[in-house]
Amino acid sequence: MGIYLPIAEISVNIFVLLAMGAAVGFLSGMFGVGGGFLITPLLIFYNIPPAIAVATGANQVIASSFSGALSHVKRGTLDFKLGGVLLAGGIVGSTGGIFVFGFLRRLGQLDLFISLLYVVLLGTVGGLMLVESVNALRATRSGAAPVLKKSGQHNWIHRLPLKMRFRASKLFVSVIPVLGLGAGIGFLSSIMGVGGGFIMVPALIYLLKVPTNVVIGTSLFQIIFTSAYTTLVHATTNQTVDVMLAFLLMAGGVAGAQYGAKAGQRLRGEQLRALLALLVLAVAIRLAIDLFVTPPNLYSLSGVDLT
Amino acid sequence: MAGLRAFLAVASLSLFAASSPGKAQTSPTENIQIGLSTDHVSITAGFSGADLTIFGSLENADPLVARQGRYDVIVVLEGPARPVVVRRKGRVLGVWINLESETFENVPVSYSVATTRPLQDVTDPNSYKQLSLGAANLYMQPADDTDSPATIQEFTAALRDRKSATGLYSENVGGVRFLSQNLFRATVRLAPNVPVGTHKARAFLFKSGLFIKESSAQLEIRKSGFEQSIFRVAHDYSFLYGIFAVLLAMLTGWLGRLVFRKD
Repeated sequence: MGIYLPIAEISVNIFVLLAMGAAVGFLSGMFGVGGGFLITPLLIFYNIPPAIAVATGANQVIASSFSGALSHVKRGTLDFKLGGVLLAGGIVGSTGGIFVFGFLRRLGQLDLFISLLYVVLLGTVGGLMLVESVNALRATRSGAAPVLKKSGQHNWIHRLPLKMRFRASKLFVSVIPVLGLGAGIGFLSSIMGVGGGFIMVPALIYLLKVPTNVVIGTSLFQIIFTSAYTTLVHATTNQTVDVMLAFLLMAGGVAGAQYGAKAGQRLRGEQLRALLALLVLAVAIRLAIDLFVTPPNLYSLSGVDLT
Repeated sequence: MAGLRAFLAVASLSLFAASSPGKAQTSPTENIQIGLSTDHVSITAGFSGADLTIFGSLENADPLVARQGRYDVIVVLEGPARPVVVRRKGRVLGVWINLESETFENVPVSYSVATTRPLQDVTDPNSYKQLSLGAANLYMQPADDTDSPATIQEFTAALRDRKSATGLYSENVGGVRFLSQNLFRATVRLAPNVPVGTHKARAFLFKSGLFIKESSAQLEIRKSGFEQSIFRVAHDYSFLYGIFAVLLAMLTGWLGRLVFRKD
């Protein structure tokens, strides 16, 4: 069944979009990520203009992270204070990102920049996660107890000034890296249409040493607001948010997410991480191929922004 | 399923008695008329391209010429003109990136042609050029005319090629049929991504390869109903639209959790 998207201005198949949303929702529920990094490239493969895919991806991420954050509020595994500071940085980063987004769009290099960012970031994160999880799998197979980092260990980040206490995370740390991390994620969110969970979660765990149980809830909390802000700014400056497209993806997504979460409970942590790493790497490779393979047509058309 | 929702029908009646009596005695010049029963076409949720039918008539048609099939009609539906950037990819360190670009002013977003016979059989290339008729003869004004003619030509060709590939520029040979000696029907294609705006339908009459007369009509293509509202709100009240998009996402997330909750 075809449906005409009012902003993307093309006709698409409604079931393909619902299935896409459900599949990504399933994976995001299973792995505890927003799924923006899957939705945006999938939309681009499905011929949705990249500018619209990014803005609509950000819109879709709100739904899945809001739904996820609700259950963390209920369980009390959400540090509002830490989330708030991350968010302050996020707003600044996001604003900068929107500016760069518009600039690249005018230059005609937006598609390239989005693809490159995806390849580099997904490739790095996927690669690191794969190495880490394979090591963990090997360790459990050989019977050795997994080595846990002691909470007393500190790195250079913990020597920075302007310290602040985050009670729920049992953390006393400088606000500089927290704001910086928030800003970085905000920047990526507005350019890539992702929530940034796949970077935020490892960064909070490994760099700031936030307890793992608080990480996902807090990351989801900050993602809701960063992607809401991104959606709002894209809607006002670029008019590239397609609510019809976003709604179809969300509808499929929220349903898929709940089943995914259930399926995820049957797998062990390191198995989940290895699978997620493979998935992330697969997306990165697919996008990298497009960058290097000779395109079927060297020419492309675009409208001129009448600003 | 996206049936043609645009019903355009005859609106012009060939009033043969109405032509001026002085002229009528000698050989009266033929005239062509097209009429649209509606001045707008609506694109709704199910739209996936359509065929648009335009009826028209010849006035003062010479029965002999008509019988020999020496009248030819070309109908064009031209979309609104907008500036376009054409970009060419090149290889830098193995990566394909957009390198050169050329901006053209006032390029018709869409250009659908329907003809009685293949274009080259109707008249000679020179006449097409004079009438700037046919996608190949549209003049595209480059924004920066200091570029070399070869470059401009290359990018113009690429522009036409891309437009044809996406179905926005199309040619329907045999799309114009004579129903009687002076009544004809033209079928032009509307691509699924047909742009909204004011389109211009033009009909050209040729007699034995000679251009005789042109007639035109305006047609508004717009999104209708829900789609139109969304599009308008997104552009006119973009901030409220953004708020709505965010709230819709939160509501969906919350409802989704209520409905599908597994914990």
